[in-house]
Amino acid sequence: MTPNLHLWLIPVLALIGAAINGLFGKRFSRQTVVAVALLFSGAAFAFALWVASQFSSLTTPHIETLATWIRAGEFRADFAFYLDQLSLVMLLVVTGVGFLIHIYSVGYMWEEGGFYRFFAYLNLFMFFMLTLVLASNYLLMFIGWEGVGLASYLLIGFWFTKDSAAAAGKKAFIVNRIGDFGFLIALFLMIQHFGSLDFAQVARGASPALPGGEALLTTIGLLLMVGAAGKSAQIPLYVWLPDAMEGPTPVSALIHAATMVTAGVYMVSRSHVIFEHAPGAMMVVAIIGTLTALFAATIGMCQTDIKKVLAYSTVSQLGYMFIACGVGAFSAGIFHLMTHAFFKGLLFLAAGSVIHAVGGEQDMRKMGGLRTKIPWTFWTMTAGTFAIAGFPPLAGFFSKDAILFKAFTSTYGSWIYWAIGVFTAFLTSFYMFRQWFSTFFGEYRGDDRADFHGHGEHGHGGIHESPAVMLVPLVILALLSVCGGWIGSERFDKFLAPAFHASEFTPVVQHGAMGMGPDTVVPATPVLPTGRRDVEVSETLLTGISVAAALLGFLLAGQLYYRRRDLPGKIARALGGFYETVLHKYYVDKIYAAVFVKPLIEGSTKLLWHGIDRDVIDASIDNSADGAREVSDAVRHMQSGNIRSYAGWVAAGAALVILYMVWVGTR
Amino acid sequence: MTTALDSTILSLIAFIPLAGALLLLIMPRRDREARWLALGVSIVAFLASLHLPVHLVRSQAGFQFEINRQWISNPNIHYHMGVDGISMWLVVLTTFLTPLCVLISWKSINDRVKEFFIILLVLETALIGVFTALDLFLFYFFWEATLIPMALLIGMYGHGRKVYAAVKFFLYTMIASMFMLAAILWLYAKTGTFDFGSVQAAIRSGQLEGFAAAAPWLFLGFFIAFAVKVPLFPFHTWLPDAHVEAPTAGSVLLAGVLLKMGTYGMLRFNLGLFPEQSRGNAPWIMVLALIGIIYGALVAMVQPNLKKLIAYSSISHLGFVVLGIFSFTQAGLDGATFVMLAHGVSTGALFMLAGILYERRHTYEIAEFGGLAAPMPVYATFFLFIMLASVGLPLLNGFIGEFLVLSGAFRARALYGVLGATGVIWSACYLLWMYQRVFFGKVTHEVNLTLADLDGSERAALWPTAIVALVMGVAPLVWLNAIDPAVRSALSPFTQLASKVVGR
Repeated sequence: MTPNLHLWLIPVLALIGAAINGLFGKRFSRQTVVAVALLFSGAAFAFALWVASQFSSLTTPHIETLATWIRAGEFRADFAFYLDQLSLVMLLVVTGVGFLIHIYSVGYMWEEGGFYRFFAYLNLFMFFMLTLVLASNYLLMFIGWEGVGLASYLLIGFWFTKDSAAAAGKKAFIVNRIGDFGFLIALFLMIQHFGSLDFAQVARGASPALPGGEALLTTIGLLLMVGAAGKSAQIPLYVWLPDAMEGPTPVSALIHAATMVTAGVYMVSRSHVIFEHAPGAMMVVAIIGTLTALFAATIGMCQTDIKKVLAYSTVSQLGYMFIACGVGAFSAGIFHLMTHAFFKGLLFLAAGSVIHAVGGEQDMRKMGGLRTKIPWTFWTMTAGTFAIAGFPPLAGFFSKDAILFKAFTSTYGSWIYWAIGVFTAFLTSFYMFRQWFSTFFGEYRGDDRADFHGHGEHGHGGIHESPAVMLVPLVILALLSVCGGWIGSERFDKFLAPAFHASEFTPVVQHGAMGMGPDTVVPATPVLPTGRRDVEVSETLLTGISVAAALLGFLLAGQLYYRRRDLPGKIARALGGFYETVLHKYYVDKIYAAVFVKPLIEGSTKLLWHGIDRDVIDASIDNSADGAREVSDAVRHMQSGNIRSYAGWVAAGAALVILYMVWVGTR
Repeated sequence: MTTALDSTILSLIAFIPLAGALLLLIMPRRDREARWLALGVSIVAFLASLHLPVHLVRSQAGFQFEINRQWISNPNIHYHMGVDGISMWLVVLTTFLTPLCVLISWKSINDRVKEFFIILLVLETALIGVFTALDLFLFYFFWEATLIPMALLIGMYGHGRKVYAAVKFFLYTMIASMFMLAAILWLYAKTGTFDFGSVQAAIRSGQLEGFAAAAPWLFLGFFIAFAVKVPLFPFHTWLPDAHVEAPTAGSVLLAGVLLKMGTYGMLRFNLGLFPEQSRGNAPWIMVLALIGIIYGALVAMVQPNLKKLIAYSSISHLGFVVLGIFSFTQAGLDGATFVMLAHGVSTGALFMLAGILYERRHTYEIAEFGGLAAPMPVYATFFLFIMLASVGLPLLNGFIGEFLVLSGAFRARALYGVLGATGVIWSACYLLWMYQRVFFGKVTHEVNLTLADLDGSERAALWPTAIVALVMGVAPLVWLNAIDPAVRSALSPFTQLASKVVGR
């Protein structure tokens, strides 16, 4: 007998919180709103911890079915929840980081209007995100998938009177919908070929032995990747995420860094069986991940808005996770997902604390020298910065290193992924320390208008440290960013192994200089995802190179943004057009607007509406059907002034028709 | 006991509104009482209609609650009514929306109030008749009977070019119905009966003289009448005009129920009587449906007028229904039926919401609004919720039907499913953009700063739609359990036709 853990309660707890605050929060005091929001998100976290404590006694995957949701003919989808090592990790990250960010938000949002609305949305997000990670079939996952998109839409547009915020929310939703379109088609293919959307059934059905096997699985894999690219902001659908920074900063931390945007990585990992049999799809995933990581990092180098730097950094780091998935190192991807949730959540919250301190300013050019004024924020942000840059022994070092190593050595890997990954690591370190130096070192460059209202968010004067309610989550996340990687990628790998097919799992050789000899048997098809390529390479060497890249980035940033602050401007001028291009984010938004948005709107207006609807269809009816028009004129006359006679005419007409009909019928 | 009620319940439901209308007719002209009476009568009809889902035997195929009496002996016309799991829900949809129409007209109709409610109740009777009639003559009778009250609602209580719109609506659908009439009369001439079951049996027996040659034309005769009503591209241009000028209650019933007469007719008569021709014509019909989905959405996107936007979105949504019906898959037809109901609820609600705005500003121009979320937060929240239902957010009603339709269409022909699925992108585009322009940003027109939020009767009209939208999304089985068996029996002739598969 496997125990019934009532997993459904975890998301529903968050939903109850959302419902209470959403329906009645307007009449509550701020304290009551906070109590409700924290109680239910905290309860979800506590429940998750309890589930984790019970985990060892379960046979995985542990599935609990609550009720049937949809049934149509043969097709069926249940409200069923799925717990294995993978969903447990996600569950703990989402509830844990989510709860911390709830606490932080109490301080950050205290002065804001719509306080209850904010927490209702935040709890609603938790509900959908938990549904997403606990679902036992793709359709239930899709509820969460779309639902987090909704929460994201609502929270990006939280300050809805601001046009840019409203536009950003809409953009996020629509771009995500483009991804969802791909996801949906993948679901239809699964229904058609596997007869079910249950993870277990799909995994059983997904075999190259199917008719059209590999081609089918490749198609499904690519379509899933379209969905993942939308949700996880990968090329070419990443454009919504930087704009999403219009939302309040805790939202950026929770949704647009730590949890929601990683849903694509989770979904691809959850579908590992499909990808393992579709090397072509794997390659596309790896290439998209690599390109996105590099591309976003270059843009991040030129951003001056403290949140925008972090946004592009998130896009770039998500790219790393997709590299991991694309080379079959799913557990390394999830490892990075987890550590990234810690340090990027931390970085956003710390950035929020900086913004809070300087009265709503987000432009780093107007910061500087804040180190001594907001020490708690400084030290925690330092932990996050070193962690993301990949300095040992911080969390980011372990997870990024694991990805880069696998990118090089996996059977699906290539030195190109690795090389670009390392170069991106250098860029990452550079732009993060650029931010660190610009914000905390040198002279304060603000105009002392610390009461300036960037979002209308903050109204107190003077540069000041944030209240304890904001600092405590920062400190906890800082500790996690430091220690979160100490479990080590091998142990993490082993823990997740059952979720990624225990039988096919081969432990990775742990120590350096252990490359397989040329005569080692490379497994035949199906290729093992964690298998190793036939390469001679020392892990120590690879690690050394990536640490050196991080160090180089640090030194360069220090040189440019601490010692010689005159240099960046000169370099920018020297680079000229290239710098301009990167500064304008490669003009991608403008290109999309010109190529897709504008033609669509103008075409719909001029060609479809005015052209076809009005000038072709209606005109042909009005003109050729002269009789009809005359009748209409005639009726207009009848109508003139006397509505009853009009009604009488209509009734008489109808009666005539019926009489005629009866007459014809009796003939 | 129940058996006696079972055979009279449909007549009761259908004629309670008519009886109410007659009562109104003889009543003295007092507006307040007319409103309350109309509300009471329509609620009683709704409660009576709940008998159907409660007592329908899910496991039993075919029509239930049947009543079959000779009406006219020559020609051989029967008063034959009955419902299956599909039409039953359409009846309930009609009785559900009518009280809401009364509520939403509570304050907005101030002139000729009594007549308004009489027309509304007569319309309700006719609509219920359409969905329950199992005699082709009776069906045609009710079908045409819906035209007059609807045209009157638009022509008398509308605004702007109301007479033009009413006449366009009337002529368009009237002329199209003539083709159906001709087809019905041909069938009567050959079979000597208007009875749906008997005609169907005669056709299936293969003994009907001259049927093979006439069948394509008969199919088209029915189809054109239905396609104009749906409306299917390119017969759709009457709809935006009719909606824009119609009073709110007229729009709600027009979009919520009248359009479904077309899709219901296709399902019942085109598929039921002419399975082979349905198969044969499916490819181009599905193409028209797809054009409707995409074209309707794109034109909706660029409408400057809120009500026209919703009207074009209806064309898009009804395209899903037709796509599902002509996929001949279980999921497709289940989904198509579900979309009919879901669209009735959420688009009905959208028209009510548009009407509420019109009451306050006497315009539907989107540019006249902006930033309304600040002065009208409750209204904005209802609008958001219904918009999300309409956009197909899972756990709300729009998703279930669209998902099933698309998976069915995908099974029939992958490309159709893929093209139809682009609808999820378009619907997000036109609705979210509209929502942004109406509700977000700063209030740009000073007059909008003081707009009143929802009042009691408006809330009373909107709450039921929001709740039903949610329940339909969370527990669709309540509906699907009845729809699924009915669809299975509707599809049974097609499994025999499997050798002549056109799709795929």
